[in-house]
Amino acid sequence: MLLSVNGLTVCYGVITALREVSIEIDRGEIVALIGANGAGKTTLLRTISGLLKPTGGEISWCPPAAQVKSDAKTLEYFGATKDLVGMRADQIVRLGISHVPEGRQVFANLTVRDNLLLGAFTLRKRSDIEEGLERCFGLFPVLAERKNQRAGTLSGGEQQMLAIGRSLMGRPKLLLLDEPSLGLAPLIVRQIFQIIREINLHGTTILLVEQNAHMALTVANRGYVMQTGRIILSDKAANLLENAEVKKAYLGG
Amino acid sequence: MHDFLQQLVNGLSVGAVYALIALGYTMVYGVLRLINFAHGDVYMVGAVIAYELAVKLAGLNSPVWVALPIIFLGAMVGCGALGFTIEYLCYRPLRHRPRLVSLITAIGVSLLLENLFQNRRIFGATPRNLPELLVIRPVLSIAVGASHSPVIVTNLDLISMGLCIAMMLGLSWFVLKTKMGLALRAVSFRVDTASLMGINTNRVISMTFVLGSALAAVAGVVDAMRYQVDPLMGLIPGIKAFVAAVLGGIGSIPGALLGGFLMGLVETLLKGYLPAQYNNYSNAAAFVVLILILLVRPSGLLGKTTVEKV
Repeated sequence: MLLSVNGLTVCYGVITALREVSIEIDRGEIVALIGANGAGKTTLLRTISGLLKPTGGEISWCPPAAQVKSDAKTLEYFGATKDLVGMRADQIVRLGISHVPEGRQVFANLTVRDNLLLGAFTLRKRSDIEEGLERCFGLFPVLAERKNQRAGTLSGGEQQMLAIGRSLMGRPKLLLLDEPSLGLAPLIVRQIFQIIREINLHGTTILLVEQNAHMALTVANRGYVMQTGRIILSDKAANLLENAEVKKAYLGG
Repeated sequence: MHDFLQQLVNGLSVGAVYALIALGYTMVYGVLRLINFAHGDVYMVGAVIAYELAVKLAGLNSPVWVALPIIFLGAMVGCGALGFTIEYLCYRPLRHRPRLVSLITAIGVSLLLENLFQNRRIFGATPRNLPELLVIRPVLSIAVGASHSPVIVTNLDLISMGLCIAMMLGLSWFVLKTKMGLALRAVSFRVDTASLMGINTNRVISMTFVLGSALAAVAGVVDAMRYQVDPLMGLIPGIKAFVAAVLGGIGSIPGALLGGFLMGLVETLLKGYLPAQYNNYSNAAAFVVLILILLVRPSGLLGKTTVEKV
């Protein structure tokens, strides 16, 4: 288990946004979190990444501490489990959890390059930063072309690529993606999902929040369905795609 | 022509001080969207520290070239610490409350400092003159055209403008070329998102207050030498520098400089050219200029109305 959320409750003043939410994410998975507007998906991501403080519950993070290869087998040693509740957002980033927020939120007044350098803020070695830039430009060639352009002048799809590229600079173990398809043309959406799959193949675990349930469940291994602050269903993504209730509520019949 | 040039020199010298104070307003506004009304009083504390240090150093008979750097650095360190403390104790606990709460707190901090320093045990309400460490005298006199009296630049004018330019260059280098500067720009764009980059936003905000307060200290020391030191001296320059920051476009660092110099120039030129009986209106007239500029450009001269794509 890479991340496990247990009985998480989050309130905005008197309004309870999350009630006793529990989810689990294994290493290497893509987990989709689907649900209608206002179900609490974004709240869950913002709580995991430390932007919101929960009123109850715990979030445990247990990354592999070391990998040892022996006899064609890879043995993993797990480090101590950490409770993320109460940690600051910047400390959580340093543990290897990177959050691509809803609406991309690129730094519009800064150049593409500066945006990427901010993504690498936790890195110290210059060689690591250069390597990160190269990797990012390999994944998104269009960003290399526009590296000296202000991020605010990019198109929506390019901004999404920049937001994802930025969050990959620090080589996260877990990537939290909030509505990467929001407001993008279908062709671009397909491209973004292709890249998400590619990032996952390179070893990054992904928690994907989406309103585009069909797309999300197509790339994901497993899925959770949220409704008014609770998890109401969880299953393998393939099963959810076939589930009558899910079909009716989120997949357009 | 001669008069005009002389007013220009005076205006730039006064404007440099406004610009230094305005930088603090604009930087804090940039990261917290807060008008730190206590900022003018931090400038006053800079002047008070300068006074205390100058009295000690004059007692030791130290030469000017030793005393001045000590006074400037002492005031910068002292005010930096004060700025850090104000943010830590007064604004940080209220960060997630409605913005109006912080604004009222800022006014409270301002009143607190003004009244605290009127206490006799701390400074007292009577204005005091700095001991004669630096004799203000003309160092440059430039003959202009056929005029008999040259344009005069004093050593204090040079210090004022020179330090302002040096601070400005230092600040630009810091903001544009260093990693912490990049973090500062990220935080002023959006605090939440900056923290998702792994930036300790509290540290960046503290640093902003320390830098802004240190710049105000420089302004305070210059004015302590130019005028007098008194606990209420921060009021008017504080407001003018705030206006300068708004004029240049609040949140914009070059804007604060432009606004500061413009404010100084307009004020001095009006003082110089208004008929004598209207001279007292020069301050008011400076604000009229502000209103006129804001009517045409509501976001200030260099302010930007950012368009976000969703």
